Amino acid sequence: MSDADQKPAAETVPGLGMTARARLTNLTIDIVLFVFGILMVLPLVLLVANAFKTPQEMVAWPPTIIPADPTLDNFRSVLGETPLLRWIWTSLRFAFLSMVAIVITSSIVGYVLAKFQFRTLEVIFILILATAIVPFEVYMIPLYFQAQSLGILNSIWGLLLGYLVMSFGIFLIRQNVKHSIPDELLEAARIDGAGELWIFARIVLPLLRGPLGALAVLSFFQAWTAFAWPIIVTTSRDAYTIEVGLALFQTGFTVDLGRLSAAAAAVLVPSVTIFVILRRNFVQGIASTGVKE
Amino acid sequence: MLRTKKWRFAILAILPTLAIFAWVRMFPIWETLRLSLHRWDILSRDKPFIGLENFRELFQDQLFLNALVNTTIIAFGVLFVTIPAALVIAALIYHRTRSRFAGFYETTVFIPHIVSLVPAAMAWKWIFDANLGPLNAVLEFFGIPGQAWLFDPVLSVICIIILCSWQALGYAVLIYLVGFKNLPHTLFEAAKLDGASGIQRFFFISVPLLRPITLYVSVVTLISGFNVYAQAFVLASDSQGAPGRLVRVLVLDMLENAFRNYRVGYAASEAVILLCIVLVLTLVQFGLLREKWNR
Repeated sequence: MSDADQKPAAETVPGLGMTARARLTNLTIDIVLFVFGILMVLPLVLLVANAFKTPQEMVAWPPTIIPADPTLDNFRSVLGETPLLRWIWTSLRFAFLSMVAIVITSSIVGYVLAKFQFRTLEVIFILILATAIVPFEVYMIPLYFQAQSLGILNSIWGLLLGYLVMSFGIFLIRQNVKHSIPDELLEAARIDGAGELWIFARIVLPLLRGPLGALAVLSFFQAWTAFAWPIIVTTSRDAYTIEVGLALFQTGFTVDLGRLSAAAAAVLVPSVTIFVILRRNFVQGIASTGVKE
Repeated sequence: MLRTKKWRFAILAILPTLAIFAWVRMFPIWETLRLSLHRWDILSRDKPFIGLENFRELFQDQLFLNALVNTTIIAFGVLFVTIPAALVIAALIYHRTRSRFAGFYETTVFIPHIVSLVPAAMAWKWIFDANLGPLNAVLEFFGIPGQAWLFDPVLSVICIIILCSWQALGYAVLIYLVGFKNLPHTLFEAAKLDGASGIQRFFFISVPLLRPITLYVSVVTLISGFNVYAQAFVLASDSQGAPGRLVRVLVLDMLENAFRNYRVGYAASEAVILLCIVLVLTLVQFGLLREKWNR
């Protein structure tokens, strides 16, 4: 733990060799971080491993990471018992539509709030800012009754109702437009006779590719992992999202560990894979939540 | 002329989203506030205005008080585990930024934060399982008797804290890493020349300089702790298999009042209390930040 805040560049200055002590410190830190990292993902790794195990191997001690006798029985029986694929499909559609809605609404509103100076807009911005701190759990019960009166419970539209806009998305885009798109650029286009819509679509949007990518990834995962809202909006087994389906499936009496693990692994493996591929977008998006202004 | 044109575009562009916003955000928030002052039961026809009666009843309701206490313990428990751990891990990862494993460290710490709650909670449910779980097996290996982790009200709160901290850690580490990258290098150089050791630099330079970040991460962690639901739902199923009953949390209590007891007004007043907690936390954060700026 010593030398914890040493400036990283200091140790790589060319021509300056590291002392033996610094080397030893670094090695120790590497080992600590390595072990810690493994421990962080171990629960998930074991879960995925369990999905491929036979009942006998499941209870063996110590638990094996790579099953000695891998089997797909668990997956087969889960797919036979539950509409798992249907749940995943529902979640995918829900997350995709939510992502589209959030990216569109955030980019337009974020741009307008960043670049147009009118008193009305300031009031609107304050309104959005004020509602942003209200957690979803606070207003989801009235929202449920709104969905009910529209007759969209147990449907993808009902799910979507809670995930159409994202205050953070609006701030993210507004911030990026303010810092990365100069007014002169927009004014020049206006003088050249470009319409506002053309400016937005041809100048602003292409410059926002990075933050929009981050927002897309964040909003997709936000809907994909949603739990409280889907569990009240969907009440029929066929309409569940994967999170709700799994949560209710695991309360059953007769369900054994192998099938539970298989169902969970079927959800975990794709989402972790997507995360590892899109890690940069994620990190950019999430890091920007912490460094406002 | 140009200004009117710009104004027209701005309003037209913003209007659809604003309408959606009013419809799915502002209106339900307003409804929550309104319902909390009414006896609004699904089954009864009149829904009279009763002032603060719901709130008075709430503070005599053992189930609600129990949920409030549990949720508070969980939120602060997660805070006290996550913040120091995240600070240390972020410092270590930052120190090894140039290492070829830096990406590996960041990714592994961050993965628990992005995986879906339910499958992750299922993994931990197995780990904590009294008979099959590896946790008891490890404890017994060291001669410590195994515990019925998920069937004891106190131990299951600890289990939920562990699960939530495991998930919250990645986010906190990420935000701290951004903080570390923005710290002024010159201070560290000066401290180094004065002979400050790494540990001293960590405690006397990094920790104080990162205070605004600590404040921000703490508030975010606390707020998400107060909204805990899925974790309790999955981990704390009671012996009858009913989800979440063993460790009552606020959101669970609220949903039960609304959808099992049909007392929507009563549930809305719980939501208002949740909102008040969040508001207080946010105001504390702003207050402390402003105090810092003024000094």
